[in-house]
Amino acid sequence: MKSLRFIVPLLVFVVLLIFLWVGLSLNPREVPSPLIGKPAPAFQLGRLDDPARTISEKDLRGQVWLLNVWASWCVACMEEHPVLVQFSRAGVVPIYGLNYKDQREAAQAWLAKNGNPYTTSIADLDGKVGIDYGVYGVPETFLIDKAGVIRYKRIGPVTPKILNDQIMPLIKQLQAS
Amino acid sequence: MRWLLAALLCVMPLVAMAKEAAPLADDPALEQRVMKLSSELRCLVCQNQSLADSHADLAIDLRNQVRDQMRAGKSDAEIKDWLTQRYGDFVLYRTPLKSGTWLLWFGPFLLLIGGVAGLLLYMKRRRALVASSELTPQEHARVQALLAAGEGASIAAQPRNAAPGRR
Repeated sequence: MKSLRFIVPLLVFVVLLIFLWVGLSLNPREVPSPLIGKPAPAFQLGRLDDPARTISEKDLRGQVWLLNVWASWCVACMEEHPVLVQFSRAGVVPIYGLNYKDQREAAQAWLAKNGNPYTTSIADLDGKVGIDYGVYGVPETFLIDKAGVIRYKRIGPVTPKILNDQIMPLIKQLQAS
Repeated sequence: MRWLLAALLCVMPLVAMAKEAAPLADDPALEQRVMKLSSELRCLVCQNQSLADSHADLAIDLRNQVRDQMRAGKSDAEIKDWLTQRYGDFVLYRTPLKSGTWLLWFGPFLLLIGGVAGLLLYMKRRRALVASSELTPQEHARVQALLAAGEGASIAAQPRNAAPGRR
């Protein structure tokens, strides 16, 4: 009974420590998306370079592809842009850009200046498709499988480490299936 | 100078009137409903603000969506569903009760029950201590002996080997 007096506070402290340890190591900005494992929300948007030609998510079925949400006003997009440009050269998967709440001229000028990693960019001028995809912090990147199901989502810039450690293995696995 | 001030004072009500007339929304009842619902929803961009308070672009867009859907006759529950499908339960300030949130909902009550149980146990033990704090006949005899030893004797110098207590 006497030893219990010292062990109980210690146990409480250890439990508290575990909770704080886990809690503090989580990034509050990374909200787990409810969309993972669900079919990619439908869209039908005009291309950034040619509004008359529309693309829908159905056109992209049958392949593994990346959807990258970007904007010319987005500072963090600049950070990940070289990573995407380099990745697009390897040609592993097509990268489709969702140009989020941007202006066509500004977006096209931004691509001309910084390089264009996108197979095609589509323009989500009013941000409605962005809302359907649960976008809240541009840039965001989705990995979508052959059946059109979202398999992975990255909130914030894609880094070479994330690309190599998380996205690439998943791409290989999805392409093989 | 005084004339200027007087003239300014005369003009000021006109300016004030010009500002007053702009209504916040064409439908105040709808606007109130939008604000009531969005005050229960979290803005994902600035996470410590509700959708109603936030001036972030996304919050404004989402409020517009909420307003449009209300105009279209959707219920509050349907709008919440629509939002959680996109952003997850995180948008709701009132966490729904499900297997993952069980600890969150009942954890405080568990702590309370644990605390009360600990307190009762402690009080029970303390009561037992108080009950046993009556002097045994030997102790009683010793006290009597010490008292009889006289006022001048040093009690503090006596060994305390028979002292009752917890330690």
